[in-house]
Amino acid sequence: MPAGEFQPVIGLEVHAQLLTRSKIFCGCSTQFGAEPNHNTCPVCLGLPGVLPVLNRRVVEFAVRAGLALSCTIRQTSIWSRKNYFYPDLPKGYQITQYDRPICEFGKLKIDTSNGGKEVRIRRIHMEEDAGKNVHDPAAGRSLVDLNRAGVPLLEIVTEPDLSNSEEAAEYLKALRDILVYIGVNDGNMEEGSFRCDANVSVMRKGSTTLGQRTELKNMNSFRFVRQAIDFEIARQIEVIESRGSVVQETRLWDVQKNETRPMRSKEEAHDYRYFPEPDLPPLHVSETLIQQEAASLPELPRAKLSRLQSQYGLSSYEARILCGEAAFADYFEQCARNYRDYKKLANWFLGELLRLLKEEGGLVSTLKFTPEQFFSLLSFVDRGEISPNSGKEVFAEMFRTGEEPATIISRKGLTQVSDAGELQKLIDEVIAKNPGEVQKYKAGKTQVFGFFVGQVMRAMKGRANPAVVNELLKRKLG
Amino acid sequence: MSAAELTDLSILELSKQLGDRTISSEEATRACLQRIEKLDPKVKAFLLVDAEGALAAARASDERRRSVGGASPLDGVPVALKDIMLTEGVETTCGSKILKGFVPPYDATVVRLLKQAGSPILGKLNQDEFAMGSSTERSAFFPTRNPWSLDRAPGGSSGGSAAAVAARLVFGSLGTDTGGSIRQPAALTGTVGLKPTYGRVSRYGVIAFASSLDQVGPIARTVSDAAALLQVIAVHDPKDSTSARDQAPDYLANLEQGVKGLKLGLPKEYFLPGMDPEVERAVRHAAREYERLGAQVKEISLPHTKYALATYYLIAPAEASSNLARYDGVRYGLRVGGNKGLMEMYFQTRAQGFGAEVKRRIMLGTYALSAGYYDAYYLKAQKVRTLIRQDFASAFEQVDAVISPTSPVTAFKLGEKTEDPLAMYLMDVFTLPCNLAGLPGVSLPCGFSTSGLPIGLQLLARPFEEALMLRIARAYEREHDFFREKPPLA
Repeated sequence: MPAGEFQPVIGLEVHAQLLTRSKIFCGCSTQFGAEPNHNTCPVCLGLPGVLPVLNRRVVEFAVRAGLALSCTIRQTSIWSRKNYFYPDLPKGYQITQYDRPICEFGKLKIDTSNGGKEVRIRRIHMEEDAGKNVHDPAAGRSLVDLNRAGVPLLEIVTEPDLSNSEEAAEYLKALRDILVYIGVNDGNMEEGSFRCDANVSVMRKGSTTLGQRTELKNMNSFRFVRQAIDFEIARQIEVIESRGSVVQETRLWDVQKNETRPMRSKEEAHDYRYFPEPDLPPLHVSETLIQQEAASLPELPRAKLSRLQSQYGLSSYEARILCGEAAFADYFEQCARNYRDYKKLANWFLGELLRLLKEEGGLVSTLKFTPEQFFSLLSFVDRGEISPNSGKEVFAEMFRTGEEPATIISRKGLTQVSDAGELQKLIDEVIAKNPGEVQKYKAGKTQVFGFFVGQVMRAMKGRANPAVVNELLKRKLG
Repeated sequence: MSAAELTDLSILELSKQLGDRTISSEEATRACLQRIEKLDPKVKAFLLVDAEGALAAARASDERRRSVGGASPLDGVPVALKDIMLTEGVETTCGSKILKGFVPPYDATVVRLLKQAGSPILGKLNQDEFAMGSSTERSAFFPTRNPWSLDRAPGGSSGGSAAAVAARLVFGSLGTDTGGSIRQPAALTGTVGLKPTYGRVSRYGVIAFASSLDQVGPIARTVSDAAALLQVIAVHDPKDSTSARDQAPDYLANLEQGVKGLKLGLPKEYFLPGMDPEVERAVRHAAREYERLGAQVKEISLPHTKYALATYYLIAPAEASSNLARYDGVRYGLRVGGNKGLMEMYFQTRAQGFGAEVKRRIMLGTYALSAGYYDAYYLKAQKVRTLIRQDFASAFEQVDAVISPTSPVTAFKLGEKTEDPLAMYLMDVFTLPCNLAGLPGVSLPCGFSTSGLPIGLQLLARPFEEALMLRIARAYEREHDFFREKPPLA
């Protein structure tokens, strides 16, 4: 069993696009999906003579992320140029941070099937994104879209602390949740606003020297990250077992073939010729800024998860789903201020609300109804004035229109009839019309009871309070 | 007033007449254009003359002066720009084939400021390609000639800017100075050239050579004119993160206050065995003149001066190698081999687009930044740069300004130094330290050689003390108005 003799060593690099409105060094919009080269100006086009001016918001976001990941924030960090030629890199260099990044020495706790683990974060730095090359083989040409050039990124690098693909995926999920929670990233892996590269190597168990590593790219979902790492670990073990040696290289995950393969590139390593960016002075982060960001830091996912369980008596499953999005959990807590049956409230959230959000689209932050309306609806159901099924119908209507539950109930005529006098009359009629069934019941065929309930409900178009109907029928039939 | 008399006026003299409306800007501009037409075929200072644009601006200025008054003292005073500065809608080549045909979509901040001040812009002036050179012979298009002797170089890289002012083709111009590119040509053409403190003038829209050293500055015929031009461009620019925030003082206000009681330092390292004895004599004479005018002159030492050249030729090419990466044929300027694949396009575009000196510096800089060499070259150069800065800081504890020759020699013959890059690099030996230290410096005429070539005196001052530096320069100029001498052009 060769695999058992090897210990995989994995480090991750995440590139997270920051949710600023404008780019990192110019005023252009960061909006996704604009016409090619629409969101550009002389600065992000790299025209002669242009100079970068730092977007302060990027620094605030970097500090916020650093604090959320328990990093040390460097008071003076340095911008550097990373030099290489590529058509999507308009200046021929990327402005990034090299030997003095803004955040260092962080950590992130993750849960895995083997229990908890703390992953050390080596560094977080700010940099500009590159543009995008579009190849048009039919016309024999390549085009360059620089809309993305200059969009701010955080690069978040772990120490090689992860030992398998599950830990890698858990780390990425936890990191993404945090970045989304603190409002700096939208967490979208498909559109590439949360991208991950993995450095993978294997070494013999008990060894102290790391094996040669490869860098994996093009994994735009958690599933692909797991598959690519698993494949790569197995591949490296196989190479070593067959007395070969792992080559340090960049490999791409091939979604079609389910394998990693070497990226087509020159053999020699890139020399990026990093040097301090002379167009930007050293970046000073004030204590005031750090305190301001620390104060505005929301409760982080782990803390929220355990608090929701203890404060509302929810299961870990319920809490986890509520915490999937900070706004969802916040809305739950707003409703819970009025409505004290937390379990029932959670059921509505996990059931109806989540279903409607999924089916009809929309965001928790832009719901049409207020927590007060939600409370009013639940009270109608609890008081038995409408049936639970009608409750769902009213809820869906309220979700779509934002109308008051009372208005919807009366417009749709959904009020449940619990009035014993009115129902008694109806029951008398039903019994009078069905003497045969009464006889069967009296002869001991108690299943027929359901038939009477059904008749009453039909006559009431479902608006009769079933508890009252049951009670009255039982008394009548003796 | 005849056209020739008109172009002899200084900026401030013209400004006064424009204000009195005894001369119109259109007349002044036409006088310049006539003179350019007549003499520039000999001097070859201009890469591009924008007669139409300049005349339109001149007429607008005249209209303004008639109706609401001048927008600034410079309103209506025609000037011209080194071709390194971007001009919206007007071709900007930086003296390079790689940018031939490049028409910028925006104005450099200094250009915008000049336009706002009301100056008609006569055109774009020749320079060494990407400002890399000390003679303007490295222009990809043609060399500019020294108006004082047409078979000699006007210095560089802002040779066109200096020659145009010396030949009275324009009233003033802007150049850039990375290692002496304003002061050295000013010295060689008998003009006043000022390099401001690093950060005093915006670099936005000025094509970068070495970002930590580049500064824009004026070239004019008199110290006061240089001060007036500096006043227009010394403005904080939010588009340049290295731009100084404090407001510039009034550079003309204390210009005439003399040097009584000031202390001037004569650095012993700035008098080399190989230098032209006539230059040394003129500068030492100027020092004695300052003493006569009431200043105290003492010998000082700037011990790390001998490392300045080596330091400069590591830092400047390193930054240049990165700054010039954008000229790749992808988005603008020259593209060669576009149908032969990416690598071939890169190679051919840059091989054909850049001249030999630019390639030499890109290679020097790439080498200095390479893995394994970075510490020994670039990093060490940065440390020496700090030492050079400290030399000046301690010198300025003893003196108010440093005086020295600007260039070790007077104007040299065209072709004399082009075969020997090191000899050319030595032209900047007295001007480089100022850029490395980020100080303001000015060159002003301090006499002529026996063969009638101008000699330049350099003054260096503490950061942001341009006003004091100009005052010291003006004190000398008032006593010795070499600027009234005209080059022997027909």
